Amino acid sequence: MIEIHNIHKSFNGVEVLKGIDGVFETGKTTLLLGASGTGKSVLLQCIVGLLKPDLGSITYDGKVFTNNRLDLKQEIRRKIGMLFQGSALFDSMTVQENVEFPLKMLTPDMTRDERMERVDFCLKRVGLEAAHKKMPSELSGGMKKRVGIARAIAPNCTYLFCDEPNSGLDPLTSIKIDELIYEITKEYNITTVIVTHDMNSVIEIGDHIMFLHDGLKVWEGSKDNIMDTNVKDLNNFIFANSLMRAAKRVEDEGGEIDKL
Amino acid sequence: MKTLGNYLLFLSSQFVRGESLKILSRRFIDEAVLIGISSVSIVAIVSTFIGAVTCVQIAYNLTNALIPRSTIGFMVREMTILELAPTITSIVLAGKVGSNIAGGLGTMRITEQIDALEVMGINSTSYLVLPKILAAIAMFPLLVILAMTLSILGGYVAGTLTGSLTPQEYVEGLRDAFIPYNITFALIKSVVFAFLISSISAYQGFFTKGGALEVGEASTKAVTNSIIGVLLADYLCAQVLL
Repeated sequence: MIEIHNIHKSFNGVEVLKGIDGVFETGKTTLLLGASGTGKSVLLQCIVGLLKPDLGSITYDGKVFTNNRLDLKQEIRRKIGMLFQGSALFDSMTVQENVEFPLKMLTPDMTRDERMERVDFCLKRVGLEAAHKKMPSELSGGMKKRVGIARAIAPNCTYLFCDEPNSGLDPLTSIKIDELIYEITKEYNITTVIVTHDMNSVIEIGDHIMFLHDGLKVWEGSKDNIMDTNVKDLNNFIFANSLMRAAKRVEDEGGEIDKL
Repeated sequence: MKTLGNYLLFLSSQFVRGESLKILSRRFIDEAVLIGISSVSIVAIVSTFIGAVTCVQIAYNLTNALIPRSTIGFMVREMTILELAPTITSIVLAGKVGSNIAGGLGTMRITEQIDALEVMGINSTSYLVLPKILAAIAMFPLLVILAMTLSILGGYVAGTLTGSLTPQEYVEGLRDAFIPYNITFALIKSVVFAFLISSISAYQGFFTKGGALEVGEASTKAVTNSIIGVLLADYLCAQVLL
């Protein structure tokens, strides 16, 4: 379980996060939902330690991540797996080497055979058992995301963070990636935090949802009660999302958007 | 001053929670191949022609009959060892190696690969930058020795083929008033240049922000700043060590 308390973050005097609290429970997927520029990715970067919050605390299973004890930070970081928006695969390495990399670096006691066994397992788990020798440049967007997930789970991560896992993917692939993340969360009982602005993800995999607006958490709840909210910003967000999907459907069917 | 402070912090960050010796040595070999072996051809071509041109131009200017022709060999040797081999080689390498380091790290930064390393709990500067600097420090002196040899050979070939001087005169000039310390001086300079080029380029690439355009800008800055650094250090070394 991850707990965040009163997280503040500013850039050049502009306050991006204005005191966010929250709990990310084990075995559940928590979605950080919101429009672009609301501070979702900044919050995620604070939680994983890529940015240091100006104020506030972050606790991983009772261990304070935001203190200055480097050894404790390292210990926590080694339990973190992250899927980046652009996948962030090491482009000089093959798929197999990418997945093997965290094992090589974080578990030096593992033998090569053990590492290979784990790589095979992870790639099979994400449905890429035949891609070992491929370079990242030879993969499609969806395959890159899958390799990113395999790399994240390879060292048996306890916490999985996903930054816009659906960006740049077609709707069908998006659903598959969402399902994969959800299955892995349940299968390994890990704490998963997903940054998204995709309402489809909310419907598919949102155990718990936090809606951010203008650097503040303005709503949280489950996917079952998100439609019943009277928070204006959230309603606008849902409406705009639905409108966009409806417009796209009309366009796909050869209709005119003006008549929507 | 702020940039200098950031640069020094960047350098010191490589030694905080560094990676294991096994990983560093593996990365060092990779980088040594990339920086050293792949630069051999360009260094060989440039130094051979610089030696040849130096010899021909000295011969062209040396019209006084009272000055022995062996002076041409002597001057080629002195110019090559003291200045041309270490400095010109380093300037060429600032273009090749510097832009490669800055471009590579810049691309890793904008595609979040460096963030991925950090999230895994890996010290990205220690893992990515330290092996580059160490490899440059190890390989530059070897490349400079190669450059010295080929430059003097280039001068020999050009001088003898054009009939500017005989092989015996050239060799006599090479042996005349030889100061072994000059080679030590050139190698010390090459180590200083290697450190400056690799660290300045890594600094520029590591802190790239934005997209492809900014990666290009980082590479350009890396090369120009490295060359300025090399020239300043060249003067300081000459002032302090000679």
